[in-house]
This record gives sequence, C-alpha cells and structure tokens, in this order.
Amino acid sequence: MSQPIRLKTPLSNADVEKLKAGDKVFLNGVIYTGRDAAHKRLFDLLKEGKPLPVDLKGQVIYYVGPAPAKPGRAIGSAGQTTSGRMDAYSPKLMEIGLKGMIGKGMRKKEVVEAMKKYKAVYFAATGGAGALLAKAIKKAQVVAYDDLGPEAITRLEVEDFPVIVVNDTKGNDLYQQGMAQYAR
Amino acid sequence: MREIDAKQITEVVKKLCIDSNFYLGEDVLAALDRGEKMEESPVGKEVFQQLKENVRIAREEQVAICQDTGLAVVFVELGQEVHIIGGDFNAAINEGVRQGYKEGYLRKSSCHPFTRANTKDNTPAIIHLSLVSGDKIKIILAPKGGGAENMSTVIMLSPSEGIEGVKNRVVEWVKQAGSNPCPPVVVGVGVGGTFEEVALTAKKALLRPLGQKNPDPQLAAMEEELLTRVNNLGIGPQGLGGRITALAVNVEMIPCHIASFPMAVNLNCHAHRHQEAVI
Repeated sequence: MSQPIRLKTPLSNADVEKLKAGDKVFLNGVIYTGRDAAHKRLFDLLKEGKPLPVDLKGQVIYYVGPAPAKPGRAIGSAGQTTSGRMDAYSPKLMEIGLKGMIGKGMRKKEVVEAMKKYKAVYFAATGGAGALLAKAIKKAQVVAYDDLGPEAITRLEVEDFPVIVVNDTKGNDLYQQGMAQYAR
Repeated sequence: MREIDAKQITEVVKKLCIDSNFYLGEDVLAALDRGEKMEESPVGKEVFQQLKENVRIAREEQVAICQDTGLAVVFVELGQEVHIIGGDFNAAINEGVRQGYKEGYLRKSSCHPFTRANTKDNTPAIIHLSLVSGDKIKIILAPKGGGAENMSTVIMLSPSEGIEGVKNRVVEWVKQAGSNPCPPVVVGVGVGGTFEEVALTAKKALLRPLGQKNPDPQLAAMEEELLTRVNNLGIGPQGLGGRITALAVNVEMIPCHIASFPMAVNLNCHAHRHQEAVI
C-alpha cells in the first residue's frame, strides 16, 4: 500500500484536489463530529439564514457518535457511522465550505456531484474499529448541541487519524473500483 | 421449583452487556484470522489487521470494540421449573442493561422514533423469551448495532421461487448493502415460518458459532454456496474491494404455511458480539 499523505486541517481546495480515490491519508488538527440530528439542525439554520455554531469553512466532519469516555481518557470508542443518512444535508454544507467527510458506506449521486462542484472529498475510516480509532483522538470538547448526547457536535484534536479516500473531486469512487477489481 | 432472585438476573445481564461489548468469541477471532490469510487485496488485509488490533485494544483496555454498542437484544431460555422471586422479570433485565451500559461506559443508543430523544439508559431491552424444560435460566446477550441492522429485510416470496429464489435474494441483498453494514459481515438467513417468526429466525441464525454448519445437509450446502457467491461479489473488507465480504452465512429453516414462503436476511458486522450465561 502507498505511503500515507499527511494533511492538516483546515483543508484548502489545493489540499483536496490532489487527493485521489484509494489514497491513504493521516489527518491532523481539528475535526468536528456530527451525525443525523446535528446535521438536521445545521441544515435548518442554513435554510433560515442563521449563523452556525461552528465555522465549517475548510473543515472535516466525522460521522460519529462516540461511546462515553472512561475517566482519564479523551473519548470512548469512536468509529464512524453509515454516511448515507447524511446525504440529504451534505451538499448544502459543502456549498458553504466543508472540505471533507469521514464515514462508511456509499453516497448518493447528488453528494458525489457536490464533491466535484464544491471541491470536497469523502473519506472512510475502518468501521467498527472504534477502540483503535479513538487512539488518534487526543482531545474532545463538545461545542454545540450538548442535549443530543452522543450526537452532539464535538471538536476533536486528532493526530495521524487514519482514513482512505473513497470519493475524490474528480468523481472517482473507491467502492466501485475495488469491487470491480475483485468481483468474479 | 427452584427459586431464582431477580437481582441475580440483573447482575448477570449487567455483566453480559459489558463482556459482550469488550470481547469477541473465539469463533469470531478465528474467523478474522482465517479472513486475513485468505484476503487477496492489500488494503483488505490491512483492514483485517486493524480489526484484530482493535479487538486486542478493546480487550486489554476494557473499552467497547465499537462505539455502537447497540440495542441490548436479550434471548432468555427460562426453565419451567424456575420460580423468579424478589422482583419483576422484565424489570430485572432492564435494570441489568441500565447498570451495564453505565458502568461499562457503553453508548446509549435507544431513542424515541419520532422525536429521536434518547432514553439515556439504553432501555428498553429487546427481550425474546422462550419457556424450556429444566430449572435453569440461560441468557444470551447480543448487542446489535444500527448500521448492520438497517441492512436487513423480510421478503414474502412466492413458493414457486424455490430454494434458488432464496439464494439469489440473499446474494442481491448483500450486494446492495455494499459497504454500509461494515463488512466483513455475518449473514443470518431465516426461511419459513410467518412474517414475524422468520425475522427472529434470521437473527437466531447469527447466534450459531461461526464455522459450525447447519446439521441439515441441504442447508449446509446452501450455506457453503452462499458464502462463495457472496465473497465473489468483490465487496471485500469495509467495501474497499477484496475477497472476503462475509465471514459466514448461517441459514435456519422452519415450516411455513402452504401459501407462503417467507425469508429474512439479518446482517451483522464483523464486531459479531454475543455472550451467554446460565443461572
């Protein structure tokens, strides 16, 4: 496997445009958690023209609802959830500057098109490897929607958080490429 | 009659909630080892290594294997010679879930379907009770994550579709689920019964140890064929392309109505969790 590309958030257009489906990436810096309920709230605020509780320009959203942290730890197990449930909201967030999403599972055509249009990428982490992925998360702080419990928006500081590019800005799709390569 | 205190049920359920989320069974660990060896894709092999490393961290550091610690699905085989004293049976199980998910730092994932408001203690448990002979209580706790559970289905086939119809639907279903249910998956298939029973049969199929075939030779052959066909889809570990899409296909069958031919597919992720205890 190729050597991982190290990237630090926030990401620029140039950062994401050089990535291609299948690239292994180590993310560093700050990323934000967000899943179903938080996405709906962000989407509703944008529809009403109101400001968001976090600035998403150049940012990466990690689709995760972590397990509670044991005492002395930054976070509990923290692997990603299925991304398809965020499809209805993602194009709008990319329009305002979101550059990356981390999840698992296929995205709708509209989301893939939005990645091409607004220059953003979709990463997969290893789903279900929540204990392993939590090791790369050094700090976690809830920044919005505390009432949502595990679905609150949390600011994560990550070091070499391991992901792989599934959809790049050119419309390539690792899920389709990988399956075509091994189907028989 | 043998008397069993409800508090004992609570204690056992609490421990099973924690243990099932921290440890995988030997059969699953062996299946991950086999999968890693058989996987042809370099990325897929790396995924297997990550999954094994993840399981090791969870066991050694006593943390959840996956952040989705599931709804607590509880199968209870209650001996008919047992008299439960000192409390309500269902309340005792739910109290065990409440305590286990709190003390194990497990995620609470149970919510109101419309408002999505979290119940905050992962109750109510999903309880499947069967009355059996004897004076013991067997409890199997199988936490079920949402990602894999969402990729499940019940189909009321026409009897004319026959065994080939079932096989084709299973393969099609796993294909369309793709990377969503966190492959490598375990495929539970139920055939026969009624609408509700076939779904439960598929779920019970997931409880059979991986690598143990159905004793019925026809179903054993069906399991083997389905595993080959599913792995030929090329979905691979995490859907990134590869040889191993499923660790096992387990099929269970029960008789059905002369007009009906129900089937169900219940997928589980590689974090194929269940633990049991006998009181």
